[in-house]
Amino acid sequence: MKDTSHINPLENEAIYIFREVTAQFEKPVLLFSGGKDSITLVRLAQKAFWPAKIPFPLMHIDTGHNFPETIEFRDRLVEELGLELIVRNVQDSIDAGKVKEESGKYSSRNSLQTTTLLDAIEEFKFDACIGGARRDEEKARAKERIFSVRDDFGQWDERNQRPELFDMLNGQIELGQNVRVFPISNWTELDVWSYIEKEEMEIPSIYFAHKRKVFLRDGLIWSHSDYVFQEDDEEVLERMVRFRTVGDMSCTAAVFSEAADIESVVQEIRDSTISERGARIDDKRSEAAMEKRKQQGYF
Amino acid sequence: MLVVRSQKNENSKPTTINRQQATKMEVLKIATAGSVDDGKSTLIGRLLYDTKSLTTDKLEAIEKTSKQKGYDYLDFSLATDGLVAEREQGITIDVAHIYFSTATKSYIIADTPGHVEYTRNMVTGASTSQAAIILIDARKGVIEQTNRHFFINNLLRIKEVVVAINKMDLVDFSEERYNEIKADFEQLIEKRDYQGQKITFIPVSALKGDNVVNKSANTSWYKGETLLEHLEGLDLAAVSNIGTPRFPVQYVVRPKTENFHDFRGFAGKVYGGELSVGDEVVALPSQTKSKIKEIYFYDKKYETASRRSSVTITLEDEINVSRGDMLVKVDDLPSIEKQFTATISWMDSQDLTLGSKYIVQHGVNKVLAKVDNIHHKINPDYSGIDTDTKVLGMNDIAQVTFKLNKPIFYDAFKDHRTNGSFILIDTQSNSTVGAGFIQ
Repeated sequence: MKDTSHINPLENEAIYIFREVTAQFEKPVLLFSGGKDSITLVRLAQKAFWPAKIPFPLMHIDTGHNFPETIEFRDRLVEELGLELIVRNVQDSIDAGKVKEESGKYSSRNSLQTTTLLDAIEEFKFDACIGGARRDEEKARAKERIFSVRDDFGQWDERNQRPELFDMLNGQIELGQNVRVFPISNWTELDVWSYIEKEEMEIPSIYFAHKRKVFLRDGLIWSHSDYVFQEDDEEVLERMVRFRTVGDMSCTAAVFSEAADIESVVQEIRDSTISERGARIDDKRSEAAMEKRKQQGYF
Repeated sequence: MLVVRSQKNENSKPTTINRQQATKMEVLKIATAGSVDDGKSTLIGRLLYDTKSLTTDKLEAIEKTSKQKGYDYLDFSLATDGLVAEREQGITIDVAHIYFSTATKSYIIADTPGHVEYTRNMVTGASTSQAAIILIDARKGVIEQTNRHFFINNLLRIKEVVVAINKMDLVDFSEERYNEIKADFEQLIEKRDYQGQKITFIPVSALKGDNVVNKSANTSWYKGETLLEHLEGLDLAAVSNIGTPRFPVQYVVRPKTENFHDFRGFAGKVYGGELSVGDEVVALPSQTKSKIKEIYFYDKKYETASRRSSVTITLEDEINVSRGDMLVKVDDLPSIEKQFTATISWMDSQDLTLGSKYIVQHGVNKVLAKVDNIHHKINPDYSGIDTDTKVLGMNDIAQVTFKLNKPIFYDAFKDHRTNGSFILIDTQSNSTVGAGFIQ
């Protein structure tokens, strides 16, 4: 039988990575945001360990500024699959004075997640955090390893990464270090969407076209919400939109779309001329925005 | 579906095959090699641009930055050079992975740097690739580093190598110059170990776009394919290395639930060939025999598990198998030895010395190893060997014998790309410090 299918080599690779994390680490955790990539991870983890349950908990670093649809979906998924979910709140880090809320027009809690994440890693002594980052998303992520070692401070030393050869994953670390693991490193946005379609997976409704109150700024479509700063002269419009990527309401821009089901979404991605992270306000801050955040321990 | 031929079973629906995807999409991994300024990043950027893989926002960012730098052309290397230091210095520091697809294939390109840690990065990039592109600057021709680029790709037994003779615009698209370089390169070919490697020469200008995706009007003397045409035509089944089936056990699945109380599944990836229900297998190192009872991919049973599928296997008999063990067919045993000789590529700034100990990670198996003998070092220009050597430094390639604290189950790299390779891990720093290819 020939290796002719596209998705399956990637699926098999991801399952292999999941099994390696579980075998090589004592306390792995899957970082779950409620977005399509982390939902895909959950499906792949199910496949890796069936008929046993997924042998690690999920953890959500909650900024408090999520789309309500994502949170509802998260809770339902966890219940249906009988998984353990840990939630840690950015609000708690703010209240404890560990981080300061950003202010102004472009304020977002996105980068504040890092402190809460690092605290949680220490609290639970997690030695491996599994995430849904993909190399095609962004230039700095293109250099990321599948097993990416972080020091005591959660920092990414991009100039001193371990080479990764063949499909052998070196998970040896020192006490205090941890590893970020990216099972879908080699997937593209279209691969993820095609997989969701093929697997008939359920995803939060905000990924499909819906009517939403929005406003326009800098050529991007922002959600009208209590969590998003809005100037008086920024007019609220009601439009058919959907989200291609789901982070915080304050850092995720929508796209105009009529794609109301998975088939039309896949078609739309196929035809798209804008990259997925083109709708991430947090990346637009500067050319090296992602690299900077990663060095500080961001996912 | 790739994994498998579906077997009728009562537990679940039969597998559906997504025809459109199955016939259309293949993944080809390509490694690149070239010296600083040979234009690797530019070539990749050009491939992305001409296949319309660069999205509007990425293209705008490139236009903006090119303008800021005062260029009168688009600097496509900006599409791939991802780290701040790289953009500042205009060089590639670390292996980057770039993705694009056409109507027939998906491509993953490992963009590997051509400077200080070049050997380490090239070996890394090539270790997962089925094809390689070696760049040559048409003005400079075959230089010392070209030897090494070719040698590494030959050592790693990459089946398809494209020699892209770049910057043809700077030598007036001269056929004579192209032929000169080609002849020089062909002299290297005579020295190669792995004869099965296919080599294709293409004159290109990555900056101007000649013969990358589109045929060039400037090279009417060149009758061959463009780079992309060539890649599109490669038959993936033919470029992949196939051997005998090896099943290293990654993880033992023991659900201990009511429905699966006695279930004991061995999870792993199949390498080299197929395994089928009913196959007589032997577990290594215990040498206990059994038969494959079931093959699962997720909750579905299959008759056969094909190469590179991540399945869970159950056996007819209750035998003791744990992570690091290997299932193989009874009539097809690998070497089971406490020592081996290999060609290794040293990747660490700290030297490898005779007598020192490292961890050998062979697939999912780890053993402690001692450097027993350094036979010889291979000269960087591929000109010969140095037999008087006691230490290896970064980028050195050498033939070394290791003694192990327990046996591993291996094949020669030439027979089995997966089961014949390993990585070396430093016992102190835990870093991956080398890679090896067993003889």
